Amino acid sequence: MAYKKLFASWAGFAAIFSSGLAHAEYAWNFPEPVTPLALDTLHVHNEFMLISIAIFLVVLAIMIYSIFTHRKSKGHQPANFTGPSTKSQVLWTLVPFAMLLFIDFVVMGIPAYHSVVMMEDTKTDADMVLKVTGSQWKWQYEYPAEGIKFVSTLTTPEAQIYNKEAKGEHYLLDVDNHVVLPVNKKVRILLTSTDVIHTWWVPQFGAKRDAIPGFMRETWARIEKPGIYRGQCAELCGKGHGFMPIVVEAVSEADYKVWVAQQKAKQESAAASAEKQWSKDDLMKQGAEVYAKQCVVCHQANGQGLPPTFPALAGSKLINGPMLDAGGRLVKDGHLDRVMNGKPGTAMQAFKNTLSDAEIAAVVTFERNSFGNKMGDMVQPAQAKALR
Amino acid sequence: MTTATIATHDDHHDHGHPSGIQRWLFTTNHKDIGTMYMIFALIMFMVGGAMIMAVRAELFQPGLQLMKPEFFNQLIGVHALIMIFAALMPVATGLANWLIPMMIGAPDMALPRLNNWSFWLLPPAATLLVMPFILALFGIGTGAVATGWTLYAPLSVQGGMGVDFAIFAIHLLGISSILASINVVVTILNMRAPGMTLMKMPLFVWAWLITAFLLIATIPVLAGAVTMLLTDRHFDTHFFDAAGGGDPILFQHLFWFFGHPEVYILLLPIWGFMPHILSAFARKPIYGHKAQIYSFWAIGIMSVIVWAHHFFTVGMPLPALLYFMYSTMAISLPLAVLFFCWIATIWRGSMTFETPMLFALGFVILFGIGGLTGLVLADVAADAQYHHSYFVVAHFHYTLFAGGIMGAMAGVYFWLPKFTGHMYDEKLGKTHFWLTAISFNLTFIPQFFLGLAGMPRRIPDYALQFTEFNMISSIGAFSLGLSQLLFVYIIIKCARGGEKASDKVWEGAKGLEFTLTSPPPYHSFTVQPVMK
Ligand code: HEM
Ligand SMILES: [Cu+2]
Repeated sequence: MAYKKLFASWAGFAAIFSSGLAHAEYAWNFPEPVTPLALDTLHVHNEFMLISIAIFLVVLAIMIYSIFTHRKSKGHQPANFTGPSTKSQVLWTLVPFAMLLFIDFVVMGIPAYHSVVMMEDTKTDADMVLKVTGSQWKWQYEYPAEGIKFVSTLTTPEAQIYNKEAKGEHYLLDVDNHVVLPVNKKVRILLTSTDVIHTWWVPQFGAKRDAIPGFMRETWARIEKPGIYRGQCAELCGKGHGFMPIVVEAVSEADYKVWVAQQKAKQESAAASAEKQWSKDDLMKQGAEVYAKQCVVCHQANGQGLPPTFPALAGSKLINGPMLDAGGRLVKDGHLDRVMNGKPGTAMQAFKNTLSDAEIAAVVTFERNSFGNKMGDMVQPAQAKALR
Repeated sequence: MTTATIATHDDHHDHGHPSGIQRWLFTTNHKDIGTMYMIFALIMFMVGGAMIMAVRAELFQPGLQLMKPEFFNQLIGVHALIMIFAALMPVATGLANWLIPMMIGAPDMALPRLNNWSFWLLPPAATLLVMPFILALFGIGTGAVATGWTLYAPLSVQGGMGVDFAIFAIHLLGISSILASINVVVTILNMRAPGMTLMKMPLFVWAWLITAFLLIATIPVLAGAVTMLLTDRHFDTHFFDAAGGGDPILFQHLFWFFGHPEVYILLLPIWGFMPHILSAFARKPIYGHKAQIYSFWAIGIMSVIVWAHHFFTVGMPLPALLYFMYSTMAISLPLAVLFFCWIATIWRGSMTFETPMLFALGFVILFGIGGLTGLVLADVAADAQYHHSYFVVAHFHYTLFAGGIMGAMAGVYFWLPKFTGHMYDEKLGKTHFWLTAISFNLTFIPQFFLGLAGMPRRIPDYALQFTEFNMISSIGAFSLGLSQLLFVYIIIKCARGGEKASDKVWEGAKGLEFTLTSPPPYHSFTVQPVMK
């Protein structure tokens, strides 16, 4: 099996090289910076790299000269010195030392100081706040001033990941909901996490900061060019670590206002639908969608999970047990409780933070009536809402 | 230095020590133990290498071909743990066991029975690291530790039983290192030949003395951190859980308080013997003996005050960032002194280029790249771009593979004729060097560019713009891995026979160990040599 696949990948390699490096898109340096911070970082990086390369080449040249001239086969006689002996020799050995001191703390040290200060200044003149919450394995974005909140997950189909389908242009870097931000506004980005440490990284912003459970961290970005910018989670956060992309869309201020209005309208209609009675079919249909997006990574499409880390839902005691008692109260450690509040210390997160009432009601209904589970009952969004 | 009165005492001592398997199980002889350490290191080097070749096969092209992401994470984590704790550290300890007594004119290590223990803790530790893979085949547990070698909480709190296995393995490895370190310190301080003052002591011995102090100072911190992790996992202690009043970042502080000095623990022994090799093949005395000793001390001490440069992106107060940035940059100064001394040692020499010298020169050049990219990484703002990207992976392989493994190979080739009594095959040795050096660069240079372009590390699958460089890197890694089979062959061939090695082995060799026969007698010096 594995051999065959390995062979296939070699064949693929040959194909690509023979086609003249079809999609060769070599990048030798940071991607084009679009924020002041990224630009500054690129300058500092270039300066440091040039100095390092220069030092390396000088030392290499000395070594190569020595290797070619001071060799036995050329009859070179060995000298006998073991250290600087005269006063002037001592002074001369101090010269490279002093030069390095100067390079470290003046030539490199001063620009580095300024860029660090700039990086850390998240508050001065900030125009707006974006709150980012990492969860295994999705990002939740919140615009506190606008009251907007949504979740953003990978949309690359499994068929592409498992090589059953040609890979799309933005393979692994596409999500369902883009973060939309206005250009030329200083955005203060607050970060936290619900489970393990994740890292929010968009290379073109020069911003990378950890999202840590129980703590708030911050960074900032002022995007100077409209466009779509992509990044990925950068801290090993479990099996979905490679599948946690970030997509930011920078638009003009006017477009941003339109987007905000749309989002608000969407959110209101979702709230309204939480009030109405849903039919079981609607719940099942919506539930299947939510399940495919939120639950499949761990519990698998067939509900078998990957025990013991990710338990099976098919035939689960929890799902085939009560979730509300006779008085309509939530049963502790029941099905609905687990979905809403998660299970601390595991990858099962509290979905009440990221899903709407309708979505929770739908997915719970779906789980109770799929994978061979036949509870026959359903949960209404209003019930979920009441339990918050 | 070499003017020592040599023991011409015969080998009468040979009767009565155990032979066969018992010789190895119960041995207290520094050479037998040194040999076992090095064989163990070589086996684990191949195991760790095999794991990463599977990883590189998966990364050969985008998409998931060979394995699930969980398994991928297990492979990279265990690869690193094995390479660091079971390959590089043991090979350095093996060289220490062989060479320290011979270099200071002692018959053996000071605490021989402890020495036996410190070796025999390693195989069970390695078994603990690898066993979860095998258990998983039988449906027990979820496989090995999948958190990367850094075991960051809270991911490691939620991981499967592989994490517990890794914690116990680390405990055993740590105990082993501390015992070995105690032995090294006691041997060096008490058993030097008369006349060998501390300042006259060979650089390898000096470097190991400082390494031993660093181990004794930092391993307990790591042991504490993983023990806290263990109690968090099973006894609800919440050291690293904010919801219970703990702090996940505390784990990173504790881990890197050990982890950063660990880098120097791996490299100091190698810096220690590098001047011996360069001087032997340049036929010139070591330049700056004292300057190098002071640099070792400076680096050793500085290594325990810069730990937080491993997690700048976690968010720290501005003064802390500046402090860790400038203190990290300062390490480049003593390191530059070492480079200066190495180059001054070959300058105006009369050089020949046998395999150990090739590896030593390769070490100076490639480790230079590792050091300089480290200087770049110290810059906090730019580090935001490098951190957890492939740039870092390339950087630390230039230090750990080129600086560590290739450095160790220089030492192995240099002393192998002394250890076995036979010359290794010079032609094959040189071939091994060139294959290693070329495929090493082919593997890791593309990774610098991958990192700059924005590829995060530890991902099993990647976006399309990273395809070409990953392919090149994988091809490099396969040839790098295969080249090491040649190394194994050369060593076996040399151990089994070949041209007889003279006592001095190399024309320019100096040091007490070259006053002994090749191979040396069972108790190296039965009559103490006197240094004049
Ligand atoms: C055949 C030679 C080697 C190859 C091809 C190789 C390759 C790799 C690769 C591809 C990774 C995964 C990088 C990532 O995504 O984070 C890795 C990780 C690592 N390797 Fe190696 N490696 C080799 C030898 C070594 C040696 C000799 C050492 C140390 C003595 C070492 C230490 C590490 C460490 C510390 C990690 C980080 C693992 C982690 O992320 O937890 N490697 N290596
Ligand atoms: Cu993540």
